[in-house]
Amino acid sequence: MITTQGLTKVYRSRGREVTALDGVDLHVREGEVFGVIGQSGAGKSSLIRCVNLLERPTSGTVTVAGQDLTALAGRGARAGRELREARSRIGMVFQHFNLLSSRTVQDNVELPLEILGHSGQARSRKALELLDLVGLADKAKSYPAQLSGGQKQRVGIARALAGDPKVLLSDEATSALDPETTRSILELLRDLNRQLGLTVLLITHEMDVVKTVCDSAALMEGGQIVESGTVSELLATPGSELAAALFPVSGDASGEDRTVIDVTFHGESATQPVISQLSRTYNIDISILGAAMDTVGGKQVGRMRIELPGRYEDNVVPIGFLREQGLQVEIVENVAQEPVLLKEGVTK
Amino acid sequence: MQPLLSQACWDTLYMVGWSTLIAVVVGLPLGILLVLTDRGGLLHNAVLNKVIGQVVNIVRSMPFIILMVALMSFTRWIVGTTIGRDAAIVPLAVGAIPFFARLVETSVREVDGGLVEAVQSMGGNTWTVVRKVLVPESLPSLISATTTTVVAIIGYTAMAGTVGAGGLGDLAIRYGYQRFESQMMWIIVAILAIAIAVVQFAGDSGARVLHRRAGKGGEPFRFRKRAAFLPGGPVTADATATPGKTG
Repeated sequence: MITTQGLTKVYRSRGREVTALDGVDLHVREGEVFGVIGQSGAGKSSLIRCVNLLERPTSGTVTVAGQDLTALAGRGARAGRELREARSRIGMVFQHFNLLSSRTVQDNVELPLEILGHSGQARSRKALELLDLVGLADKAKSYPAQLSGGQKQRVGIARALAGDPKVLLSDEATSALDPETTRSILELLRDLNRQLGLTVLLITHEMDVVKTVCDSAALMEGGQIVESGTVSELLATPGSELAAALFPVSGDASGEDRTVIDVTFHGESATQPVISQLSRTYNIDISILGAAMDTVGGKQVGRMRIELPGRYEDNVVPIGFLREQGLQVEIVENVAQEPVLLKEGVTK
Repeated sequence: MQPLLSQACWDTLYMVGWSTLIAVVVGLPLGILLVLTDRGGLLHNAVLNKVIGQVVNIVRSMPFIILMVALMSFTRWIVGTTIGRDAAIVPLAVGAIPFFARLVETSVREVDGGLVEAVQSMGGNTWTVVRKVLVPESLPSLISATTTTVVAIIGYTAMAGTVGAGGLGDLAIRYGYQRFESQMMWIIVAILAIAIAVVQFAGDSGARVLHRRAGKGGEPFRFRKRAAFLPGGPVTADATATPGKTG
């Protein structure tokens, strides 16, 4: 649905060059929620702004719904009619909501429809419908200043949906909200994704956001996509930083002569309770040091750190059993080493 | 004395009304253009920005009385004469346009860039941005700017008597200064003080209502004293009329 190829953005100011995006290839499938995560300055904002060409990429192409936007853009700095029409079919929500303070909630939602040239009656019908969808039907006549942050973002979402977009871009939509409100906004996005078949591309620095709503995720560092894939693909990738951050496990060996291993469940396997099977089959005591698991569609997804009695040499067979079950097993050599990725976003 | 005063009031109102109208009609787009053509603006154009900026600066740096003289041939070309009320409107408007344009520029610059981005993301063009975002969002501030401009123009009109345009300022100078009839002068000062208070009050109330709706209100509104930066420095009418309320 959204594809970028070799997307590069270089900012030039007073002779200095800053590369914000460095050959980004992104592929967002239709109907999925795709999260791009990274620290401040990783290039997330530039990326999402390049998708609807609010920022002109220095090179590379952006294709949304089969339409090559970079080709529509032309050479001038200003957006031509075709690009503007394409933009009106891409919804966007912002971290700071960006609602017009001089307009009522309803008028804010009507704004994109005004731009599209709809008649007054059609506008107000559509706006009220959308406000109902986001649960703010009773606030139509209020001004944004009278709303809470979460309500403002709901208005922002309703406004983004006014043009019946197939694609919604979310620029840190929950970063200015408290955890409770964040959850309700993410639920709303999830619902919209399912009900309307909306493809959502969101950027965030909060690992929780990715964990809560995303089907796929990409990790950005220094203007490049370092890892990318569906959540189970990421888990299946040995040494994936993103998987480690999404499903953080920790815990030290309780003494000498112990083997600590990280077991990764990535959905394809693990329909059976393997840990208890392992325990029973080999008659060993297993302690679970830490686990971060989710159940998605009846399958277990996540990681678990377990401790087996004895050295590695003694445990070759049980570990082989786990691998046979289709699980991914990593031996934790130096337990003290924690995943250092994205400290701010990780919650245990 | 009565007919003299009422004629003078009418003349002042006539000049202020027309020149404010022209200043707003021309100054508003000019001020917006100053923002749009600036670095990072939607119509970024360094040359145009410099040219407009310089013209604005030159006109603003000219004392009004000199501007009036300098514009004589232009005035004759526009209204056919250089004497009288209509002739005074031309330099009044020309003097007020850059003044107002700068105030507009300041107001419009304060509009959050995120709003512009939002409208662009909806497929809006530059004109949509101006119409739906820049003007409505800075409206409270624009109203204050208009108030300041009206007060400034009332100040300018005191000098319009030089070209035989009449008005209150002219009356005050001819009777109060040249004929030592200080009573007339004080009446005019009082009228001007009341007029300016009324203009300021109306403008502030309008701005405050809009501000409060936008959720920025609450704080007491300060009286602006921008008139002191007029071309030609503090102007008689303004200087005499404001001390009571600058507090």
